[in-house]
Amino acid sequence: MSKGKNIMIVGVGGQGTLLASRVLGNLLVEEGWDVKVSEVHGMSQRGGSVVTYVKYGESVASPVIEQGEADYILAFELLEAARFLPYLKTDGTLIASTQKIAPMPVITGASPYPENLEEKIVATGCDAKLLDVLSLAQQAGSPKAANVVLLGVLSKQMDIAQERWLAVLERTVPPKFIELNKKAFALGRAL
Amino acid sequence: MKQLLLGNHAVARGAYEAGCAFVSSYPGTPSTEVTEYISQFSEVYSEWAPNEKVAMEAALGASIGGARSLTAMKHVGLNVAADPLFTASYTGVNGGMVIVVADDPGMHSSQNEQDSRHYAIGAKLLMLEPSDSKECLEFTKAAFELSEKFDTPVFLRLSTRISHSQSKVELSPWQQVALREYTKNPAKYVMMPGNAKGRHVVVEERQQKLAAWSEYCDLNQITWGDRSIGIITSGAAYQYAKEALPNASFLKLGVVNPLPSRLITEFARQVETLYVIEELDPVIEQHCKALGLAVKGKECFSLLGEYSQRTIAKGILGKEAQSVSLSEPLPVRPPAMCPGCPHRGMFYTLHKMGLTVFGDIGCYTLGATPPLSAMDTTVCMGASISAMHGFQKARGQESAGKSVAVIGDSTFIHSGITGLIDITYNKGISTVIVSDNSITGMTGHQDNPTTGKTITGEPTYQVSIEAVCQAAGVKRVTVVDPNDLPRLEQVLTTELAIAEPSVIITRRPCILLKGVQKHPPYRIDKDQCKGCRACMKLGCPAIVWGADKKAAIDSTLCVGCDLCTQMCAFGAIHPQEEKQA
Repeated sequence: MSKGKNIMIVGVGGQGTLLASRVLGNLLVEEGWDVKVSEVHGMSQRGGSVVTYVKYGESVASPVIEQGEADYILAFELLEAARFLPYLKTDGTLIASTQKIAPMPVITGASPYPENLEEKIVATGCDAKLLDVLSLAQQAGSPKAANVVLLGVLSKQMDIAQERWLAVLERTVPPKFIELNKKAFALGRAL
Repeated sequence: MKQLLLGNHAVARGAYEAGCAFVSSYPGTPSTEVTEYISQFSEVYSEWAPNEKVAMEAALGASIGGARSLTAMKHVGLNVAADPLFTASYTGVNGGMVIVVADDPGMHSSQNEQDSRHYAIGAKLLMLEPSDSKECLEFTKAAFELSEKFDTPVFLRLSTRISHSQSKVELSPWQQVALREYTKNPAKYVMMPGNAKGRHVVVEERQQKLAAWSEYCDLNQITWGDRSIGIITSGAAYQYAKEALPNASFLKLGVVNPLPSRLITEFARQVETLYVIEELDPVIEQHCKALGLAVKGKECFSLLGEYSQRTIAKGILGKEAQSVSLSEPLPVRPPAMCPGCPHRGMFYTLHKMGLTVFGDIGCYTLGATPPLSAMDTTVCMGASISAMHGFQKARGQESAGKSVAVIGDSTFIHSGITGLIDITYNKGISTVIVSDNSITGMTGHQDNPTTGKTITGEPTYQVSIEAVCQAAGVKRVTVVDPNDLPRLEQVLTTELAIAEPSVIITRRPCILLKGVQKHPPYRIDKDQCKGCRACMKLGCPAIVWGADKKAAIDSTLCVGCDLCTQMCAFGAIHPQEEKQA
């Protein structure tokens, strides 16, 4: 598989990871790649740890990404970024929101939310971009636009023209949210 | 133009293109989107049936009536539909009939990891297994043709990874298929012993024909590569193996029952080491061993869970992944009930009252997890009511006052009603809670007979849970808002104390349902909060425990359901807009 890339999108069920993977998947098909996108439906979606794989290349066989295989990890939440870090290639890039959502063991007091996660992630020596995505999404008009802010950040890393991204985004989100999402994308891309 | 399509959507598209005219299913992850997607095509009649058995019988009836028909279900749904399945094998079809069954290796959303290929073997049916969305579409179309050619229902076996992965497909137009003529034929369709004996002969002859056909059909394919490693595989496992060992030789099976013995033997002869790579049970492996072939299978690969290119590279090449990670263990993030979920108040109350709770299948199975921890058993659809009945009969009348069954609205219709009749008929005194959130929730909001809407959203007759319970012989039926905690507890106390069967319907719509009003988020006044943790007992994802030993509400998650204010003895929780005096 030459020139292709493996992208993982991780977060908490309900954060809008599916929209991000659909935008990415459709864009890559239009760019002429073979693409596979693997999603999580059902029970795991209910506030659990969710992961979506997007793989593209001349020909893609397996729809899943395994440990040490991701070129990019797009993380919607900090603990999930840390959880899926082993999936990053040693020369891959982590793009993560610093937003923290407490999982149930933290809520019940069974275990603490790990301290200084940002520092610990950086200390592994991986290429990590840890960003206050939530503030930018709020600036764009809704915390729900965090997914599109992250896509904006990713778009700078990939060799696809901005107009192509925006065209697919426009076709994927409901009409009344187009302006909001374009703004969110631009804020992410400007980082 | 090629486009990305979910495996399940590709199956639906294939059925549409093949002129399928009738679809009946019960939702179940990972199969649900097949039927949901089909319902968008006006050329195809589709419906949600009350359960998989009804769906399969309806699909068989449509087939006998001359239409191409389909039913889709998850692996455990096939257990429910097994009764008509085995005899549909005897009757055969008129219009082509396809049974889509989606296994769940890794149990992403299921209570077990059974392998539905055993059903194809047991019922002596043809089973096809696609490995990507393109094949999902093509195999579905082929399945209709084969069903009519061999006069048999045909299985299409999926797995979570195939169902829920998108890959490229090419679409073709809809093909209109004329309704076949229906001719009365009791020898074929009335399966009493005299006729069934004759049909069993037909089934065995058909098995021979199918086995002979599968040797040469183009759904099974050999790709020669390096002949030192030969791999027999199918479905998702093929894709993993192809990625791990792109240069090996492959026999990719599109037909997983009956298996092509000659083709397998020919392939085995021409490779040095033969591997069978299959998720779940060693079905192909055992077939190979019965043919006397030397083969490596489950000695290298697990019987458990989902495979990946990594498990295969490790199993064959002993290769390990290179990666970075944090050294400390991280807290897990299991699924949880949503903020504002109507099940939360009910489970909080059951936990508080210390009851033994017989649970069922749905979002509300999450009531078993901490801190609610309010469930003692979960087995299968409907088992809450009947298992409680057995438990109470075994442990005596006193246990009936200390235990309840909890079942959702859709699950109650699916297979809870018969359990309830077991109680009334056999002089039980149990209390059953029907948690009615006005939708089939876990599978992603499908309508059901109690919602008053069909699969396409048209208004229809709304089955009344109250009336069903009363007709089954339950005189005491009470409807309660599960967010009214004092009343819920009071009703439970009353009903548990009374020595006759009772049903409590806790009614409040799913908070995620379109049109359900959400309220502004609440906030916790830090000065008023005494840090008693009472609100934390709800296990609401929106309430977090701060470093200051006080609770706080995450305003991005809170939907203002008001449950936590009922927990707070100090009046510290307020609607956000309410200014403090």
